[in-house]
Amino acid sequence: MSTVKSLEELKKIREASLKQMNIRKVDEDNKIKLLVGMATCGIAAGARETYNEILDTINEENLENVYVVQVGCMGYCYEEPIVQVNVPGKEPILYGNVDIKKGREIIEKHIKKGELLQDSIISKSFHKL
Amino acid sequence: MKQYRSHILVCAGTGCQSQEGHEIIEELKKQIEKANFHNEIQVVKTGCFGFCEKGPIIKILPENVFYIEVKPSDAKEIVEEHIIKGRRVQRLLYEEPNIHERLEQQKDMPFYKKQVRIALRNCGLIDPENIKEYIAEDGYMALGKVLTEMSQEEVIQLVRDSELRGRGGGGFSTGFKWELTYRNKDDQKYIVCNADEGDPGAFMDRSILEGDPHSVLEAMAIGAYAIGANKGFVYIRAEYPLAIQRLKIAMEQAKEYGFLGRNIFGTNFHFDVEIKYGAGAFVCGEETALINSMEGGRGEPNAKPPFPAESGFWNKPTCVNNVETYANIPPIILKGPKWFKQIGSEKSKGTKVFALAGKVNNVGLIEVPMGITLREVIFDIGGGIRNGRKFKAVQTGGPSGGCLTEALLDNPIDYENLTRIGSMMGSGGMIVMDEDDCMVNIAKFYLEFTEEESCGKCTPCRIGNKRLHEILIKITEGKGTKQDLEDLKKLGEMIKISSLCGLGQSSPNPVLSTLKYFYDEYLQHVENKHCPSGVCAALKKHEIVEENCVGCTLCARVCPVDCISGKVKEVHNIDQERCINCGACKEACKFNAIAN
Repeated sequence: MSTVKSLEELKKIREASLKQMNIRKVDEDNKIKLLVGMATCGIAAGARETYNEILDTINEENLENVYVVQVGCMGYCYEEPIVQVNVPGKEPILYGNVDIKKGREIIEKHIKKGELLQDSIISKSFHKL
Repeated sequence: MKQYRSHILVCAGTGCQSQEGHEIIEELKKQIEKANFHNEIQVVKTGCFGFCEKGPIIKILPENVFYIEVKPSDAKEIVEEHIIKGRRVQRLLYEEPNIHERLEQQKDMPFYKKQVRIALRNCGLIDPENIKEYIAEDGYMALGKVLTEMSQEEVIQLVRDSELRGRGGGGFSTGFKWELTYRNKDDQKYIVCNADEGDPGAFMDRSILEGDPHSVLEAMAIGAYAIGANKGFVYIRAEYPLAIQRLKIAMEQAKEYGFLGRNIFGTNFHFDVEIKYGAGAFVCGEETALINSMEGGRGEPNAKPPFPAESGFWNKPTCVNNVETYANIPPIILKGPKWFKQIGSEKSKGTKVFALAGKVNNVGLIEVPMGITLREVIFDIGGGIRNGRKFKAVQTGGPSGGCLTEALLDNPIDYENLTRIGSMMGSGGMIVMDEDDCMVNIAKFYLEFTEEESCGKCTPCRIGNKRLHEILIKITEGKGTKQDLEDLKKLGEMIKISSLCGLGQSSPNPVLSTLKYFYDEYLQHVENKHCPSGVCAALKKHEIVEENCVGCTLCARVCPVDCISGKVKEVHNIDQERCINCGACKEACKFNAIAN
């Protein structure tokens, strides 16, 4: 590669590398956290595809304040795949039957615009212990 | 670029690697590939996490789950449970010994709670062999800023304003050192990184070079620009192969990106770094001895002045800074001196890395703000004394530091305070001792070390330390007198004021501080010929505890010198004249009837 000749060039390399590193900067208090149920039933219902779709959407949109984690069974096996959205300071919201399309919708509407996907909500007050 | 959804960070510092760290990485990769997750999960090797006590350590992100004491055979379970199913592998989580709770996250662990990481900021976060990860963490931004936006004077002033002091032990103002070298005009100047970490048990410099080598290279380039040098050397001991390997990789990458070489950042600043290997002599941590060794001469110090800033490597102005000092530079440049100064105490700003070792529960590498108390470090971060024993002393500053008692634990840690109470900051070794340690023996151990490491150039250090060591041997063998205690003190103080370099000027510290704080223990050795901790073998006395002895004759049968007599079912007797204190009888006795 050619050498870095200015601060601007360095910043460009930094931006490109930063995407990979964002995942390591977990600051739970300030970030929106998406939880994808990835127990056996979730995986069987397509949670892994949903998970990857959500992740890709976040990257495409360059959203830095959101991160996704996989979690175990959330109990609503009949509604799998399940995605829970934790916005700091707000009640967690639980979505059911989240396929690839709906996964993308959650990011587009809920995360970016703050609009809830009313039809897909299982529970609005899923209290954390 | 494909985005991984999860990163598994595996510690690849020397400590964890020696416990099959490399095999863990391979096995994790194999299992992930087998489960067909290799496009979604990335395994990254990083530098030291610091929690060496519980290594090998792995951390899974973004969940931020911290697993300890991982073995290669655990990889399958981690992948099947954590990666595929999103369940925690409970048995590998850290169990807090005081509240008996398994903690998932690093930030909840007491070991990490009080730490502030500046020098170690990237250790355990980035892959040290990948320059892109360093760049993502603002790497080389400070160098770019300095070269394109600041004058040499402004850089020096900024570092002076931060009040950063040398982390190798001396505590000399880094900015001032740069300024002195800058002011000496010459056609050739040098900047040197002192990575000759000689304190037994200290490994902060090694960990920084292993975990974040680019930060040192970047800071050296910044320093070189400030003082007007275009050539740098890293003086590192050859016994740090992993650190050398990572440094070499980093140097190659930095060259490829143009952070080393000619016309850096398109300016007319050129800078190159070369590695010089040391043979592992303690005295070569002293800057003039280091320079002599670099020139191919014997590792012996020179009298100062002239300071290296005037006449150093090949008699050219040379600036020598320690690894940890360098690691602090890039954040200071980027965040400013004000940010740095708000951390720490009145006269000691910022943080200090310590290698916490000895009889504490959490042995490891820690970085704490200056001004934190010894008690907080030992009991909160260190988790207290191992096996519920009682704290006896803590030794700071490596072999030249002093031993401090319980009563001094509430003292804040900074350069002045530690010196005031009879120890020193040193390079950051911190060894904790419990009631089973004999302080005379500890002093003897350190003197043995300094006697061996003394270069022999000046008389007080060469002969004085030998005599100190001899007197201490005499005392631990039960042949000491009260006069010896007087002599220790007098001789120790004499060596301190008359030695040529820092080695001799501080080597009597372990003796003088133990004499001051544990005088009774010395007296016991001298007057009663008794070692209260039962460590000094020559003062051990094996005796039969009459009420416990049942007369089984076992002890008499195992005694190699046949000095135990007694009839069956009668209390036995040990002939002290002939007993060699080997302890065979005590080990054999089933009735706890032999005391020492």
